[in-house]
Amino acid sequence: MTPDPGLGLTPSQTVGPFFHFALTKEDWSRLVPLDHPQAIWIEGTVRDGADDPVPDAMVEVWQANAAGRYAHPEDRREDLPLDKGFTGFGRCPTDAEGRYEFVTVKPGPVPDPNGEPQAPHIDVAVFARGLLRQLVTRIYFPDEEEANAADPILTSIGDRDLRRTLVARGSPEGHLHFDIKLQGENQTAFFEV
Amino acid sequence: MAWQRSSRVAGYRRDDAEAHPPYLHPDYKGTRLRAPERPLTILPHTLSEITGPVYGPGQMGPLDHDLTRQHGGEPLGERIIVHGRVTDDDGRPVRNSLIEIWQANAAGRYVHQGDRHPAPLDPNFSGAGRCITDEEGHYRFVTVKPGAYPWGNHPNAWRPAHIHFSLFGPAFATRLVTQMYFPGDPLFGQDPIFQSVRDPQARERLISSFDLDATEPEWALAYRFDIVLRGREATPMKRTPK
Repeated sequence: MTPDPGLGLTPSQTVGPFFHFALTKEDWSRLVPLDHPQAIWIEGTVRDGADDPVPDAMVEVWQANAAGRYAHPEDRREDLPLDKGFTGFGRCPTDAEGRYEFVTVKPGPVPDPNGEPQAPHIDVAVFARGLLRQLVTRIYFPDEEEANAADPILTSIGDRDLRRTLVARGSPEGHLHFDIKLQGENQTAFFEV
Repeated sequence: MAWQRSSRVAGYRRDDAEAHPPYLHPDYKGTRLRAPERPLTILPHTLSEITGPVYGPGQMGPLDHDLTRQHGGEPLGERIIVHGRVTDDDGRPVRNSLIEIWQANAAGRYVHQGDRHPAPLDPNFSGAGRCITDEEGHYRFVTVKPGAYPWGNHPNAWRPAHIHFSLFGPAFATRLVTQMYFPGDPLFGQDPIFQSVRDPQARERLISSFDLDATEPEWALAYRFDIVLRGREATPMKRTPK
């Protein structure tokens, strides 16, 4: 007998253009209140291969809290605090100009599979009409040059220009800017998860 | 230091390359300017990818799963029960996990300002629902069968009737957005979204089955749609990305 091949996976399909009334009815773009003392703004524009804004995308983020703890049972580092009300999850549809925005806190460091610290980062999934499956990327922080230079995931991207697309830029208003380019020149680095 | 403890993690199995559609499927026009061109970088599963958002039954409203009872009256259309089981590919139940669905009404029209299909809206139907899987991974929705609708992909293009599904599963690495179709739909052959899944067996897994046993006599027909998310690596992994 051949070994059981297991059950086949359910394939992905596009989120389509008409998800807003279901998926983004509630505002999940504020992971912390606007008046949170450590609140940071992360904003950006999603653009396609023609450099046109993508007005029907949905950006999701997943991150640890400021102490580096995930609000999930598999993060068993119980000596690190959890923050009441902070789920670590955010979701924001892009507007007519392709823009999205999150208000959150900068995540603390979390370990890589070898126990070494990863640079602070936020996992990102992008869904849109025309994307048959989500695109996954990460946001890294511009004030973490040393940690970024040592980060095993970031440094696994061989091409320096491609790697640089994952580091957010500071904006004049003190916000962090992270554009997502789906295709073409300056394409964002995407991951196979 | 505290962050170093319990860092050894078991990741999720990498997907079979044929299970999911490619990003670029030129027959589906929307992919042409949106599919990335540069090869994807393999992301080892760290604590960031084996964790994910947690939502529980406490966050659900009592009628969130019943799309036919969200307004003053009953929606028009064929009332159906859509149910199934969410497991990983080892057959283990995916428990206590959020499922969100959305769909067009029985006439093929979405409650969405971007939907310009000249079919009637139904004041008694929004078409959005959600629920949490139970301890065995089961879920159940009550809704009406959505209509097919035209779209601009190619001349006389029509989407087969479908219900959109969004699932978190246990981790960021198990996130899945998909569409459930109905058996025997004559529109499958010309639909590039359905056809974007290259493996015919994988494509079949997007089609629900008529489920006579789950129908409610003199009230509703039923369709079953089981969903399989990726399973867990057997052993904790220790690897350094190249």
